[in-house]
Amino acid sequence: MTDLASNSAPRQTTERIAASLPRRYARDSRFRYYGLVAIGLALAFLVLLFVSIVSKGYSAFFQTEIRLLIEFDEDRLDPNGTRDPSVLAGADYGGLVKSSLRGLFPEAESRRDRKSLNRLMSSGAGFVLRDMVTNDPSLIGTAQEVWLPAAADIDMLIKGFIDRSKPASERRVNDKQIAWVDALQERDAIERHFNTRFFSAGDSREPELAGIWGAVVGSFYTLLVTILLAFPLGVMTAIYLEEFAPTNRWTDLIEVNINNLAAVPSIVFGLLGLAVFLNFFGLPRSAPLVGGMVLALMTLPTIIIAGRAALKAVPPSIREAALGVGASRLQVVTHHVLPLAMPGILTGAIIGTAQALGESAPLLMIGMVAFIVDVPTGPIDPATVLPVQIYLWADSPERAFVERTSAGIMVLIAFLVAMNLIAVVLRKKFERRW
Amino acid sequence: MLKKSLILAATATVALATAAEARDQIRIVGSSTVFPFSTTVAEQFGKTSSFKTPVVESTGSGGGLKLFCEGVGPDHPDITNASRRIKQSEVDRCAKNGVNDVIEVKIGYDGIVMGNSKKAKGMTLSLRDVFLALAKDVPSETDGKLMPNPYKTWKDVNPALPAAKIEVLGPPPTSGTRDAFAELALEGGCKSFDWIKALKKSDKTMYKSVCHTIREDGAYVEAGENDNLIVQKLDANPNALGVFGFSFLDQNADTIQGSKVDGVEPTFEAISDGSYPVSRSLFFYVKKDHVGVIPGIQEFIAEFTSDKAWGEDGYLSDKGLIPMPDDERSQWQTRATGLQNLSM
Repeated sequence: MTDLASNSAPRQTTERIAASLPRRYARDSRFRYYGLVAIGLALAFLVLLFVSIVSKGYSAFFQTEIRLLIEFDEDRLDPNGTRDPSVLAGADYGGLVKSSLRGLFPEAESRRDRKSLNRLMSSGAGFVLRDMVTNDPSLIGTAQEVWLPAAADIDMLIKGFIDRSKPASERRVNDKQIAWVDALQERDAIERHFNTRFFSAGDSREPELAGIWGAVVGSFYTLLVTILLAFPLGVMTAIYLEEFAPTNRWTDLIEVNINNLAAVPSIVFGLLGLAVFLNFFGLPRSAPLVGGMVLALMTLPTIIIAGRAALKAVPPSIREAALGVGASRLQVVTHHVLPLAMPGILTGAIIGTAQALGESAPLLMIGMVAFIVDVPTGPIDPATVLPVQIYLWADSPERAFVERTSAGIMVLIAFLVAMNLIAVVLRKKFERRW
Repeated sequence: MLKKSLILAATATVALATAAEARDQIRIVGSSTVFPFSTTVAEQFGKTSSFKTPVVESTGSGGGLKLFCEGVGPDHPDITNASRRIKQSEVDRCAKNGVNDVIEVKIGYDGIVMGNSKKAKGMTLSLRDVFLALAKDVPSETDGKLMPNPYKTWKDVNPALPAAKIEVLGPPPTSGTRDAFAELALEGGCKSFDWIKALKKSDKTMYKSVCHTIREDGAYVEAGENDNLIVQKLDANPNALGVFGFSFLDQNADTIQGSKVDGVEPTFEAISDGSYPVSRSLFFYVKKDHVGVIPGIQEFIAEFTSDKAWGEDGYLSDKGLIPMPDDERSQWQTRATGLQNLSM
């Protein structure tokens, strides 16, 4: 009896194990399958997002232009022949565009018809001519064929966003305008060109004239200030806390606070900026300098935490060896620990800055959510940033701003991807394993 | 790095000291409804004059007036936009902070439209229907006492309306459009009950809470400040009705139709002559002490009040502003260009 019992016990165990194996394998493969589903779902959403943004936005990179024969009539532009720049700048260039259009379509005689004819062209067409003449006054007296931007509604028509089959009262272009556009198309005088203005101009209320450059420059100055403030401060804090600070209640308290700061909603930093930088120190509203300072406060905890982790990853043997050959503690840090930790610190800094690039909430409080046409030339000029520009366009009623919103998002994502790529490359290149 | 940031800090302080002393650029704050018009004028002004393009911030009417009244000097804005008239309390606040001379300029009208998708039938509403459909508490049909809003479909509100579920997408309480909607549409319908109208004299706070409170049981959906979003949602959901500014109807006439209110369709003409009931006046206010100190303010006023901007065929009407009638416009123009003070 006792023999039997002692012999059957191990067999029972192996049997039990054997019996449970298929279930365990199934569980194992199910788990892997769940993981694949999760990744697949995430990828599907990402693809969906990109497809919707790109399909809505790619058309903004092209702008409809109309070729007009413009006569730079001396009597109209510079009646006294002085070529005085202020006279040239103040002349009626819109009139040149209008008379050229009238020459093309003389049948538009009534006031109403002429008005809808003039609406084919962007209100910015005259300014294009003005810039041409001020750059090259010798144009006066000549006739030139010039490609000028078409109005946003015509642009939408050419891009197929306006349904021609709808009754005229429901479209923003009337039947006559459609006939004129068709006539221009037959003459190859209306074409879609690459939209360079989108990458070189500041904001505008006319979609066809609006560009992202003002916001890009604003973002550049803001991030410059952010990096200049947050990087040195963050790295020095991390070094002190990691290498020099004694472990006591005070450093614990500081550490807890820094970790908490990293989780504070960004709008709170905006309120702080309004109260301290604007109201107390009297810094100017809407300036990238203040925006950068606010975003630096926001980025600081990220840089400190990433920096400390990178410093902690440097093996103590390196410190001890350096101390052993007689290096001072400062020399240990600057000659050995910091260079080894730099890739990790830089990665943290770049990811923190990328976060700051996409931030708009704290800037609301300090007046950077504003309509600004002039491209800023320094950190105290009024400016706006990329995410804010996207928000402002998304809020505009004109149909043509829909594609510009998506195009703006594409530009912002391109910058974010580039910054994250730099972080990855830096890490791969300088990373050392022990 | 340390040196760099020290140098930056030093240059920044020097630069700021100079920035605070003089400003050569007009600063405008205020209503998000006036924002598209104000920015259009600012852009034209910047392109056609020798002055810098003014900076326009969208802070809301109340927020704009608060900033505006904070004081005189280059740290404070020169102009504020408002989608309602300045209140006495705000004038007092201004005066307390030394802002005594304010120029008021009325620029035109804006209509608030209730609309739905073209895929569905158009609606014909009265202000009373709107009130009964959207107020939190409504007078009961039997004894006239207030009760929580029981109506589920438009047909419950008025037998002449379709038997569709009440589903209205509109702006949240932070929006000026919502304030104006409550004041013009809801209060307009609310006043049609005599006893509530009498309440206005006896108990004003009660009157306001009855007339301005919107129901919170899901029939009114707060769809965010972005009117574009509301328009897109309407297109996707033909059963819903939306509340938004007239310029969005104007821009999306191919997909959205405006509901008739009290028998009047929301058109350019009807809002301009005042027959469409849910419309409001738009204003901007100028700090007189800044005229001559900040360059270009007078010229900016002249540009805004010129016929090519706010006239019948002006560029602002292309953007959806509804101009005032000719004589009223010329009256405001004389007052504005003559820098006349606000009189309450």
